[in-house]
Amino acid sequence: MNTAVLKQLFAFIQKEFYHVFRDRKTLLMLFGVPIAQVLLFGFVLSNEIKGSRIVVCDYAKDYGSQEIIRKIEASKYFKVQKAALTHDQIEAELRSGNIKMAVIFPDHFYNDLSHLNKAQIQIIADASDPNTATTLTSYLTSIINDYQAEALAQTNVSQTIVPQVKMLYNPELLGAPNFVPGVMALVLMLICAMMTSIAIVKEKEMGTMEILLVSPLKPYLVILAKTIPYLLVSLLNLAAILLMSVYLLDLAIKGSVLLLFLESTLFIISCLALGLWISVGAESQMAAMMTSQMSLMLPTMMLTGFMFPIENMPIWMQGISYIVPSRYYYTIVKAIMLQGLGFSAIWRETLVLAFITFVLIVVNIRKFKIRLA
Amino acid sequence: MDNIAIKADKLTKRFGDFVAVDAITFDVKQGEIFGFVGANGAGKTTAMRILCGLSVPTSGTATVAGFDVYKQAEEIKKNIGYMSQKFSLYEDLTVMENITFYAGIYGLSDKEIKDRGAELLDRLGITAEAKTFVGSLPLGWKQKLAFSVAVIHRPKIVFLDEPTGGVDPVTRRQFWDLIYEASDRGITAFVTTHYMDEAEYCGRVSVMVDGRIDAFDTPANLKKQFSVNSMNEVFYQLARGAKRKAD
Amino acid sequence: MSAITLDNITKTYNKGTVLAVDKATFEVAEGETFGLIGPDGAGKTSIFRVLTTLLLAESGNATVAGFDVVKEYAKIRDCIGYMPGRFSLYQDLTVEENLNFFATIFNTSIKENYDLIKDIYVQIEPFKDRRAGKLSGGMKQKLALCCALIHKPRVLFLDEPTTGVDAVSRVEFWDMLKRLKHQGISILVSTPYMDEAALCDKIALIEGGKILSIASPADTVKKYPGKLFAVKSANMHKLLQDLRSYEGTYSCFTFGDAMHLSFKQDADADVSKLTAYLTAKGQTNLEIAEITAGIEDYFIRITEKLNG
Repeated sequence: MNTAVLKQLFAFIQKEFYHVFRDRKTLLMLFGVPIAQVLLFGFVLSNEIKGSRIVVCDYAKDYGSQEIIRKIEASKYFKVQKAALTHDQIEAELRSGNIKMAVIFPDHFYNDLSHLNKAQIQIIADASDPNTATTLTSYLTSIINDYQAEALAQTNVSQTIVPQVKMLYNPELLGAPNFVPGVMALVLMLICAMMTSIAIVKEKEMGTMEILLVSPLKPYLVILAKTIPYLLVSLLNLAAILLMSVYLLDLAIKGSVLLLFLESTLFIISCLALGLWISVGAESQMAAMMTSQMSLMLPTMMLTGFMFPIENMPIWMQGISYIVPSRYYYTIVKAIMLQGLGFSAIWRETLVLAFITFVLIVVNIRKFKIRLA
Repeated sequence: MDNIAIKADKLTKRFGDFVAVDAITFDVKQGEIFGFVGANGAGKTTAMRILCGLSVPTSGTATVAGFDVYKQAEEIKKNIGYMSQKFSLYEDLTVMENITFYAGIYGLSDKEIKDRGAELLDRLGITAEAKTFVGSLPLGWKQKLAFSVAVIHRPKIVFLDEPTGGVDPVTRRQFWDLIYEASDRGITAFVTTHYMDEAEYCGRVSVMVDGRIDAFDTPANLKKQFSVNSMNEVFYQLARGAKRKAD
Repeated sequence: MSAITLDNITKTYNKGTVLAVDKATFEVAEGETFGLIGPDGAGKTSIFRVLTTLLLAESGNATVAGFDVVKEYAKIRDCIGYMPGRFSLYQDLTVEENLNFFATIFNTSIKENYDLIKDIYVQIEPFKDRRAGKLSGGMKQKLALCCALIHKPRVLFLDEPTTGVDAVSRVEFWDMLKRLKHQGISILVSTPYMDEAALCDKIALIEGGKILSIASPADTVKKYPGKLFAVKSANMHKLLQDLRSYEGTYSCFTFGDAMHLSFKQDADADVSKLTAYLTAKGQTNLEIAEITAGIEDYFIRITEKLNG
């Protein structure tokens, strides 16, 4: 690109930002909606986490179990009730809502730990409220890890405690921690695809597209200039969502942040391409909005898996879900954020996403009109 | 009172510091064709909105069809018709559907709709097109149809906002024939236009400049007053001095 | 070389069911101001879009500045200025921002071609920080013209620049076009206002997609067949009806404060006979005078024939 082209591009991008910052509705769409969505789910998440009632059934009653129970009792998240309950009794308590979780230390806990260097703790949680269940489980696991680290420092022998987590009532854990990746997919889709398509269709509606087409401006510059602002805004939004999930929702990013951003950029490009594709067919801003809603937002919500498990859907819907880019992005984000997995675990999804993006770009280049009709 | 259709006395509309309509005083007789001309931004649209009951004036008084613009906006709306170049008919409805719709809005009975609709189509000579979509009619027909629909409820006054913009010269004149016919039936026509030759067709013309009415008389008297041969020159002399050009 | 040539250009819409332009052929010489005169829906905008490379014609050839509109569209886009029919600038950008934007995308700056737009720009400069959407019709039109001129185009396309603009602004606008002509810019301008036709070097009358006449304004009116009379009386509305029912009348239309009357044949143009007829009909204050036809008279005459 020579300087003249860069100058054209810069002037165009500047103009796009004027449009964005001078229209309150656009601003609200770009920044208000994402924040509101995350906060909404965040509110659900952070509810009733502190002082959750749990029951501890200590069948071991040895040094190790006492030590860990002491640590659990010290935590502000738990209100511990000690009782030797049977499995049926525990289930009844969970069902009645009296307790959120049960921790069971089996016989010979410390004995196993000190002689076999390996012991088990059973954790039973009520996953009908999956947010609370996973959060509590992760707090408890971190307390156990804490104990192990201390023990390692004292004895210099590596001991492993294996928490056996059992989620009752909602074993697949479809819930809010999964919502954050879902919201990310939704928000990026909203901003990139819908806002880009509207921005382009607006030029058509206002008649300015005629002037742009008649100018020496190269069509690819129009596309670049229309998409770059939304790419930037999307990355900004992504950062905001991640910061909010870490600091407001206490949802740590377990994997690589860089990898998360790179994968997100790929997804954003696919969404921008989708937006362009919609803008080619739509004649009015209203039509662009409706098309985005019907063909992008709905599939993202329904067929991505964060609201309804895909496995339970009819086969034909499962089939459709394979061409929804957000499905792959959702899996990728979940893997990086929640499970802390690296690229080796998600290369397949990345490849598919890259392929879809490539196809969309090719379609767009083929379909882009250098004339009005 | 009976033969006065519109009466405005020191009618004023302010938007903050900006005086859009500046103490205009005029009256329109029942059945008169009244030309309301002025440069872009002179305040025509604002004044017209007040008279149609769409906007409340800041001060002054005005009555339309005998109703007060402050308190009886709903009564005014029932007694006027309105047509503009920009919005007239639904393109995706047929001719008859448009007629039924507008007549329905004004509460005409099914029988009245049927009779007046047939009469209207007959007068325009488009009875065969009753089931045609308005979108596929020639522009000239659309404009004439739009006018006829605007007076289907036999209003006392019809407001015409640049009704002939872009229309071909023959249709433009046929359109004025319709206005004359309506006037003969006693309907008052309040017309804005950018074609100054059309100002000549009006009984009396008011010329707005910077929110004021700077001239108000019959075309013949105005031409005499400004010692010129056409309304175009009258308008040019008045509007050239306007200060409010950017608004 | 001609600035614009059209050779049998035909353009249809809706898969050929709507004929917008029917074998249009004309030529605009270098430095000429050429007017395309006709009502809405006559096909003016379609011709503009074909020439500005926005639409492809079904058949026929056209060139702009010597370049073919199909094969060399990119070269055409480098050297033309275009002002579409409706206001096509960014309403949420200020006057200055709009101008800067268009200057940059045309690889130039306001400074570089300031002398070309100076006369027009000084009139809108006081409002340079105002959003374009808040300007009056006349001001918007001046800004749009500045934006279309900013890169010093060789050919300027103005599609109905004066529609919806008041009479004073229209006069100012045509003064500006006159000055541009002196700069050597070829201009194709369309308008539904017949009185503006007289300000062009050459005009084409268009209706129903067909070009009906191409000539200078003076030669156009000379083509008017037969004699034309202006008639006035005390009761103009009745006068129209009376004249239309007169046996020798070919056609009668209102023109401002007079009726323009043409006869079936020159032999019918007998003023004393007409006066007697009108007086018998009760007309008073009669004024009858022979006049030279204007462009609108001629337009009505030939389109009437067309319509049946």
